[in-house]
Amino acid sequence: MGSISVLLVGKVLPYLEQELDKRYNLFRGIDPSQRAAVLRDHASSIRAVVASSSGGPDAALIEALPKLEIVSSFSVGVDRIDLQKCKEKGVRVTNTPDVLTDEVADLTIGLILAVLRRICECDRYVRSGNWKKGDYKLTTKFSGKTLGILGLGRIGAAVAKRAEGFDCSICYYSRNEKPDSKYKYYPSVVELASNCDVLVVACPLTPETHHIINREVINALGPKGVLINIGRGKHVDEPELVSALLEGRLGGAGLDVFEKEPHVPEELFGLENVVLLPHVGSATVETRTAMADLVLDNLEAHFLGKPLLTPLV
Amino acid sequence: MDSELPALLVLGPPMVFKLFQSHYSHKYRFLNAFSSHLPLPEFLQTQQTHPSSVRAILCNPRQPVTADVIRSLPSLGIVATTTVGADHIDTAECRRRGIQVVTLGSQFAPDVADMAVALLIDVMFKISAGDRFAKKSIHFKPWSFPSGSKLGGKRVGIIGLGRIGGEVAKRLEAFDCIIMYHSRNKNPSVSYTFYSNVVDLASNSDVLILCCPLTEQTKYIVNKEVMLALGKGGIIVNVGRGALIDEKELVQCLMKGEIRGAGLDVFENEPNVPKELFSLDNVVLSPHAGAITLDCFMDACEHVAKSFDAFFSS
Repeated sequence: MGSISVLLVGKVLPYLEQELDKRYNLFRGIDPSQRAAVLRDHASSIRAVVASSSGGPDAALIEALPKLEIVSSFSVGVDRIDLQKCKEKGVRVTNTPDVLTDEVADLTIGLILAVLRRICECDRYVRSGNWKKGDYKLTTKFSGKTLGILGLGRIGAAVAKRAEGFDCSICYYSRNEKPDSKYKYYPSVVELASNCDVLVVACPLTPETHHIINREVINALGPKGVLINIGRGKHVDEPELVSALLEGRLGGAGLDVFEKEPHVPEELFGLENVVLLPHVGSATVETRTAMADLVLDNLEAHFLGKPLLTPLV
Repeated sequence: MDSELPALLVLGPPMVFKLFQSHYSHKYRFLNAFSSHLPLPEFLQTQQTHPSSVRAILCNPRQPVTADVIRSLPSLGIVATTTVGADHIDTAECRRRGIQVVTLGSQFAPDVADMAVALLIDVMFKISAGDRFAKKSIHFKPWSFPSGSKLGGKRVGIIGLGRIGGEVAKRLEAFDCIIMYHSRNKNPSVSYTFYSNVVDLASNSDVLILCCPLTEQTKYIVNKEVMLALGKGGIIVNVGRGALIDEKELVQCLMKGEIRGAGLDVFENEPNVPKELFSLDNVVLSPHAGAITLDCFMDACEHVAKSFDAFFSS
């Protein structure tokens, strides 16, 4: 298999890059000039592309690789990959679902608690010595609150299951109502936002869900509402979010993703009702290794003519 | 008219007092004894109040309701405290006089349990450390840190399976944690594995969560031996009392990596916290805020107000 040419177009765990190097003829094309050089000399031999949340093949790249058979993504989200083009060309696409569902759901609850109970601020308060001057202020209870989930897929359902342990009421918005679900369905995001205390963004990023959290939704969530984004930065109209937080039209936010990662809106730094994380989502070595193995196993299955483990296309 | 409102003598004051006063100023004439250095009889004089017209006290541990206080108030009929414990009230004297003592029940157990889970997830996923990192610069660099891991499958040893411990167990079960516990007595109505020995519990746990009261028996229940048994991958969460853990040993274990991390809402000598902890990323520190939520305070106020209502109307 060392003769099969594979192009890497997104940042991945070093372990994955090393294994790809061992097993295949690996070309690195993460930065544009690197990629252009690879395409110039090797476009007609590349049979597989490895993508991630930081980079994936768009229509132009797919067109430029006549021998492309499979795109294997080191991520759950495949918004960087032109799926339609892949379908047209008969190119298979795999991702890494399930391995990180539990972790992301755990982190989501942690973010909600961090915002409502001001955990990060309390930690700052103690480290700065301010506790000697007096107790920290009253914070907001999480148990019993109403959680609104945008996208009741694997991750959304896992978040809901955990929130039920806190006696939360769960409601959701999805493209289609799920008849088997016991949770309350709202047919629009604005209605969901109006009827929950905490709104969690847990849907895939598609052209339809770009900026699905806009000014109207933010205003509906309101001055006591909290937004938690563990999806993609582009789900949220970030300038609108920032002004709503600064003006007090939104009660708080917990963000693991940003529109222009790794850029983070500086205006949010001093806000005690905002928790920011540097896209840690699935960032434990256990999970990332499992994701890497899934990428490798999917590629191996494909080239051995066996069924793919986690195909999307 | 002000003078027709029943007098309420306030000692302490309780943390909830500002909230209580703002909601119930139409119901009571507050005698804020906590604000005076005068002995009680003289203080009452300054309030143009005869001791025999004081029938109710609202208090907290800051200002004990001693036998002397009780004896100086011949008409006292009810003492309400915004705590679960009544150690600061001479309950024997109250019994002798037929005085009702009202304490808080388990209103705040969910809030404290929420805090325990919040601290655990924060330590596991480095949320506070991540927030510090992300707010340092407008472009965050790739943030590599020693591996965290999900809660699912983790063995959680709860020390003290009372109301708070039970709420913690319920929450962590939804994360697929394996729950075990140590308590004074085994609880026949739960299916969690019971350990009569804390060191054994620690040896078999990935996480220890302290939810028990502080007594002579539970002081330093988590000592060096327990921490070493918990091991280098282990995390401790304390939402009970600071003195449940040998704090000096805890600091050493954290600094040397004998345990993985700790989430602490309570300390031996609050509000003093060992400075060595301030530079560590594997600890999350909270200023005894387990029950300090608006909901909790409102519940406490309502509970106390209901008790006073029942008393004054009978």
